[in-house]
Amino acid sequence: MGSLVLEALAKRYGTSVAVQRVDLDVRQGEMVALLGPSGCGKTTTQRMVAGFVAPSAGRVLIGGVDVTQAPPHGRDTGMVFQSYALFPHMTVAANVAFGLEMRRVGRAERDTRVREALRMVRLDGLEDRLPRQLSGGQQQRVALARALVVNPAVFLLDEPLSNLDAKLRGEVRLEIRALQQRLGLTTLIVTHDQEEALTMADRLVVMDRGKVRQVGTAEELYERPANPFVAGFVGQCNLVEGAMEGTGMFRAASGALLPCAATPVPPGRHVLALRPERIEVTPAADGSARLRTATYLGPLTEYHLDLDGTPLLAIRPTPTAGEPLRRLSSGDAVTVSWDASAARLLSAAQPEELEP
Amino acid sequence: MPAELRDAPLTLPRSRAIVLPAFLRRLPSRLLIVAAFLVMLAPVVTVMTTSVFRDEIISFPPSGLTLDWYVNAWERREFARGFVTSLQVAALATCIGVPLGTAAAYAIVRGGLPGASAMSTLLLAPLAVPAVVAGTALYMFYLRAEFWLDRDIAATLESLVAAHVLLTIPWTVRLVTASLQGLDRAAEEAAANLGARPLTVFRRVTLPAMRSGIIAACLFSFIQSFENLELSLLLVGPGRTTLPVAMLNYLEFRVDPTLAAVATVQILLVAVLMLVTDRFVSIARTV
Repeated sequence: MGSLVLEALAKRYGTSVAVQRVDLDVRQGEMVALLGPSGCGKTTTQRMVAGFVAPSAGRVLIGGVDVTQAPPHGRDTGMVFQSYALFPHMTVAANVAFGLEMRRVGRAERDTRVREALRMVRLDGLEDRLPRQLSGGQQQRVALARALVVNPAVFLLDEPLSNLDAKLRGEVRLEIRALQQRLGLTTLIVTHDQEEALTMADRLVVMDRGKVRQVGTAEELYERPANPFVAGFVGQCNLVEGAMEGTGMFRAASGALLPCAATPVPPGRHVLALRPERIEVTPAADGSARLRTATYLGPLTEYHLDLDGTPLLAIRPTPTAGEPLRRLSSGDAVTVSWDASAARLLSAAQPEELEP
Repeated sequence: MPAELRDAPLTLPRSRAIVLPAFLRRLPSRLLIVAAFLVMLAPVVTVMTTSVFRDEIISFPPSGLTLDWYVNAWERREFARGFVTSLQVAALATCIGVPLGTAAAYAIVRGGLPGASAMSTLLLAPLAVPAVVAGTALYMFYLRAEFWLDRDIAATLESLVAAHVLLTIPWTVRLVTASLQGLDRAAEEAAANLGARPLTVFRRVTLPAMRSGIIAACLFSFIQSFENLELSLLLVGPGRTTLPVAMLNYLEFRVDPTLAAVATVQILLVAVLMLVTDRFVSIARTV
């Protein structure tokens, strides 16, 4: 067990930059998620920790020891691969025993630890099966047991749930998290699925185009995004370009006026970030906004609105039969309102950052 | 999709479309399969049956059955010697060609070399060159080499084996490449991650993945070499004739079922090899 520290870690392939700079301090027993769209550098970062990719600059420290130059077999990491990467010709027990064998653990102790690890992932009784005789979920648990049986200092998970079906994914997510907390594993998980990251990790690192955009807890990222990219990537968000006009009002590029209580106002062009669930929608004949479409999602309903040329998305609990909102149809006028403090003012992004 | 749905006509031209019973609908494809097997097996069956016909000129029905042709084949020493030479050449060519081809396949799939696909095409090229042409070219090359190096090359066992190595490499490269491509690269990384050094990764993970490909490559290389006639024609020397060449020589003077007897032995040997190999790796799945 140990902490994991990344210092100014970077990877360039010729002139193209895979990872520009990552600084990260994962505490002992903490689970940190690298989150971002594909090509953001999260996988490259993790592979630099495992030793499969040599960094162009920076250092990797595991338990305080610099392992930047160490080969993969010389680092004490346990990795679960996206494809599980089980050894196809070895039984479940032999797969799990492999790491212990490499560490020259004696036969008797090896057998005990393999049995314990398999019991931990609830696969006892399947010791003699071959990987191809197991279901996807079982294969994944073998991969978990194989990585954990050696008590690695750092536990690495590469998109561990992406090959499971939706129902199983929810269960396994909770299982892995429980295991990680029980064993106090220092964990770095790579994922493109924000829900996975939000529910499993203590802290998230949002990456985009090789850069770290923000580091924080799920709540920090959702409530206080540092930039439009994070606001748009973590959860749904209305992002409106424009500038502050006087106190408490934001003038959108389209001309619409939106209340915003942000103070103090940083200079320059801005983006207003407003979560859709913070917008109240009221039917009113003289309302300034129009309903384009309403999408029924069961407990919630999405309202796609137009406020003087600015598209807005509002999400409300689905109204009951008697409520006036229920009778709303496309083209109807409505008023929209929100607590002025719910609208966050962010520095206008570079154009590239607005793309998802 | 259930069979009934798959076989159902997509449109019904008339309201009362004639629906054939299932066995009749499958009949044409079954007949085709049987016909294909008959065509493939006919020469083998013909050779094996004529080897026990008594008549010197093949006729049907035979006037009787005999094993005399097998005795004759045994007594004619050129067949026994050819058999031994062929075994020797095939075994040596396999022992040299399969490791070379395996190394090449590993380099192509894992080496990250520029032009790997061009290299793999080049290594398959001997399959595309008619063996007679390759044999002639090699013969001329050997004569040149003899002149330059001032020593015997053509008609030696070594030069014959070298030629047969050319037969084994394309098969090995193809089979081993296929088995390596079936291995998830991440499995090798997982082994390294668990503490295995590069050589251990190769021995414990990569090599077992190539195993079935290598075994199949040994089998096919051996058979290719053992049965080869065209490439060897110009390259055999006096007293070092391979079995197929010995058979052709015999054919120039006599046509009788002795050859059928020799061929039957040859066929049986190959069949046994395939059956034994199939016990270790499923040939149908590897090739």
